Amino acid sequence: MDTMRERFAPVVTRLLDEDPRVAVVLAEIGRDGFAEAERRHPDRVVNVGIREQLLIGTGAGLALTGMRPVMHTFASFLVERPFEQVKLDLGHQDVGAVLVSAAASFDWPAGGYTHMAPGDVALLDTLDGWTVHVPGHPDEAEALLRHAVGAGKTKDDKVYVRLSVQSNECALAVDGQRFLTVREGRRGVVVAVGPMLDAVLAATEGLDVTVLYATTMRPFDAGALRRATEAAGTDVVLVEPYLAGTSTAAANDALADVPHRVLGLGVGRPKLRRYGQIEEHVTAHGLDAHSLRKSIADFLDTRINRPAVGPRLTPA
Amino acid sequence: MTTMTERTYGFTDLPRLMALMTGAEKHGPAATSTLDALWVLYDRVLRVGPERLDDPERDRFLLSKGHGPMAYYAVLAAKGFLPLEWLPGFGSYDSPLGHHPDRVLVPGAEIGSGSLGHGLPIAVGTALGLRAQGRPDPAVWVLIGDAELDEGSNHEAIAFAGPAGLDRLHTIVIDNSSASHARPGGIAARFEAAGWSADTVDGRDHEALHAAFTAPHPGRPRVVVARVEPKHAPAPSRT
Repeated sequence: MDTMRERFAPVVTRLLDEDPRVAVVLAEIGRDGFAEAERRHPDRVVNVGIREQLLIGTGAGLALTGMRPVMHTFASFLVERPFEQVKLDLGHQDVGAVLVSAAASFDWPAGGYTHMAPGDVALLDTLDGWTVHVPGHPDEAEALLRHAVGAGKTKDDKVYVRLSVQSNECALAVDGQRFLTVREGRRGVVVAVGPMLDAVLAATEGLDVTVLYATTMRPFDAGALRRATEAAGTDVVLVEPYLAGTSTAAANDALADVPHRVLGLGVGRPKLRRYGQIEEHVTAHGLDAHSLRKSIADFLDTRINRPAVGPRLTPA
Repeated sequence: MTTMTERTYGFTDLPRLMALMTGAEKHGPAATSTLDALWVLYDRVLRVGPERLDDPERDRFLLSKGHGPMAYYAVLAAKGFLPLEWLPGFGSYDSPLGHHPDRVLVPGAEIGSGSLGHGLPIAVGTALGLRAQGRPDPAVWVLIGDAELDEGSNHEAIAFAGPAGLDRLHTIVIDNSSASHARPGGIAARFEAAGWSADTVDGRDHEALHAAFTAPHPGRPRVVVARVEPKHAPAPSRT
């Protein structure tokens, strides 16, 4: 199976062929995949060199002239290093763009902490108006990339697409908006985000829980979560392939008017200072099926023994 | 040479327009460091106007140095982009005119600025976007300050634009010697090293500014360093 990133350049190359508004901006990383596109569209495939502030600024300038820029590099250099450019050159200028990252939380563990970006989605969460796609399979990545680039009907559409080498075995029919119901149960709701689905399905085998599959995390599909809790109860576990707890606030907001509990699982905050393999980092962060099962079961088993009718907070 | 629906304003009207914002009749060199360059641009060089805010063929002027924008607002008001009635509200909650401009609020402002070092990279993208759409005519101008050049983002843009041959890109550096760490002639030299066409002129001399702004520079981006009075009085000699 190819990777999401291997799918990225061919898909965007076709979009360059189809839509004269589309432009790609690179900062050396990922350039090889666009060699043919650069020959066909020399003015719309721009490599600015190892200059990530310019990467975002250039995309913003392109957008100001009415184009739909797609900017790409590793997540740490796309969102973290030029964060103020993301905030001001796109958000404050009120223009849209598609940011497509690679390397995700720890796709290249041997590269170490400098090439890890578990905090990317949390950082974007400090800003207004970003759509965040987290595909779990190359086919989903292709669908969401097309959705993201095509979303530029209103010129301020800002979309982040988070590509990873971590992937599920099978693709689902994602629509760029809603969570999908993969399994239904009565003792809790587990939201599996992007590449976490296979591990979550293995971890919850035999548990009486609903599993939702989420590939578009912002805007957060609050309606789908609420509907799921109607039958499965309001114990919610989020399993995200980036910083643990990134979407806990969104889940809380979705359930603000009902008693509920939320457990946010994901990549831990402490630095490991480890290299090695992806699987070793998955395990170290408790995101393998065995660890997930224990975390989820413990959480569901330790529910507070609430009285059927709680003490009234306001006089009758 | 400016035709307006109501009346025509000239360079000598600008202090009065600025006074509507500042409440002061006289303005120090810092507040007016950009005034002459802005006036020459808007009066004689830029192909822009309030009637063509969305015209894709218009020139683009990006005020990157968003600090002290009274001169900019005064010029925009004089040229009919915004009503004079807006000026007295400068900086207030209900005013579109802040101490740093916001393109969403100010007609004619191509970018919002204030945080330094953002305009030149955006101008690079604007020049690339116009080129990619087959629009060779619009010129892209960006105005920065000499201390703003401290920001490394500028150097990413300078180093790229020269080799990329962005000949529709123009930068004006208002040099009021406000950078804490600088070498004489260093500003133009850095642009020239990246392949830009460069000139340094008296930033109060309208004819010199106009000549520098309109000099041909085929195949290369252009920088004009406009020297004005130092922001701070020179330090006393220690010898």
